[in-house]
Amino acid sequence: MEKYLSLLSFGDTGWGDELLQGALVTISIALATLPFGLALGLLVALASRSQSKIISGLATLYTTVFRGVPELLTLYIIYFGGQILLQRLWSGLGFSGSLSISPFLAGMMALGLVLAAFSSEVWVGALNSISKGQREGAAALGLTRGQAFRLVVLPQLFRVALPGLGNNWMVLLKETSLVSVITLQDVMFIATRANVATKEPFLFFSAALLIYLFFSILSAWGIGRMEMRANRGFAR
Amino acid sequence: MRWCEAPGFYIGHEVLERYGCRMADGLVLTLKLVGISSTLGFVLAIGLGLLRLRGPKPVRYAIAGYTTFFRGTPLLCQLFLIYYGLGTFRVFWQDLGLWWFFREPFYCCLLAFTVNTAAYQAEIIRGSLQALPKGQVEAGRALGMRPTAIFLKIEMPQALLIGLRPLGNELITMIKVSAIASLVTLFDLMGATRLAFARSFDLSIYLWAALIYLALVEIIRRVWGLMETRLTRHIAMR
Repeated sequence: MEKYLSLLSFGDTGWGDELLQGALVTISIALATLPFGLALGLLVALASRSQSKIISGLATLYTTVFRGVPELLTLYIIYFGGQILLQRLWSGLGFSGSLSISPFLAGMMALGLVLAAFSSEVWVGALNSISKGQREGAAALGLTRGQAFRLVVLPQLFRVALPGLGNNWMVLLKETSLVSVITLQDVMFIATRANVATKEPFLFFSAALLIYLFFSILSAWGIGRMEMRANRGFAR
Repeated sequence: MRWCEAPGFYIGHEVLERYGCRMADGLVLTLKLVGISSTLGFVLAIGLGLLRLRGPKPVRYAIAGYTTFFRGTPLLCQLFLIYYGLGTFRVFWQDLGLWWFFREPFYCCLLAFTVNTAAYQAEIIRGSLQALPKGQVEAGRALGMRPTAIFLKIEMPQALLIGLRPLGNELITMIKVSAIASLVTLFDLMGATRLAFARSFDLSIYLWAALIYLALVEIIRRVWGLMETRLTRHIAMR
């Protein structure tokens, strides 16, 4: 027992501080991905409602692709593809040496693209829930289409989309563990490294699981609070 | 030329031709993993979903804990815990005569995928059972049906209909997440593709793999759509 506690302790011999740092990286990449993915998802949702067949077709293609391809594969394609692209650009500009893409950035992009595909479905549902009269009313008041969207539609959108977006967040949080395979030093990566160093996989992967579980439960609680707040003007 | 080399040959893609057969074997492994774990998970989930609603209180709490745990943590971490973590108790498993199971990455993957998807499917089934109108069960009772008969003939068929779409989505998710099997040395479709890339440094092989996964997902979506229209043909379309 004492051995395990010392392995999890803070300081030079224990992995406690490393694990905590990993937890911080996990949360940072999830939080960094969120706004990018949600904003892109909203754009895709708006595109899929477009009058133009081409634009809505492209939006459908986008969601089909990124919802159908494994996240791990997307991550590899972005990471290695980005590497190759960047290298070509670098050499093309006449520089020598090698350049590499950071795992954080690659992970953020890959997870963001996937999040956009999944959240666009939520956004579409929310957009559909807002009655046409709202837009017509805004038009009657002389608001432009942009103003109507920003001032009338968007504030109402959030309340309806919140449960779905909350789900997307929970999925995203767990998916960040995949970025450890391209050497992002998140909880999962630290647990793997601790396992290699100490040969105590059960301890460290359990610790990692508990950290993820803590984040999940915390998120569920937070989302519940946000939903309550968003719905405070509505009778149940 | 074997059939699995044909696509690469006709497209004129050398890497796809050379690794086509490995990728085909990988695809079979992926299908095996997903097929077995989803089926086992489904059977488990029916029991879990039912007990979660109607079992004794401690059982209900235990199942709630189970689903929260497996749905709240990454499958990758669960897989590593089972494959690396449980593998360390070698003597214990040998005494139980179960070492052959925990030694094999394939069985570890099956176990991890099964318990994970069972948790998700149990929640779907629980939700579907809860969504049924109360009158259905009451009507069954009024007809003098026994609880088992009510469950099997009235509740389950309707609940599965409600849960059909989410269960299909769960199957699609399983196909996608099964790619992590490649991280515990298995050569599933992802694993075979990784090997091909590591040896050839040809990125387009990943795109071909993506296309295969997409096709798989699309097939499931189509089949599920057909199933839905067929199974709901007695319900008036809104």
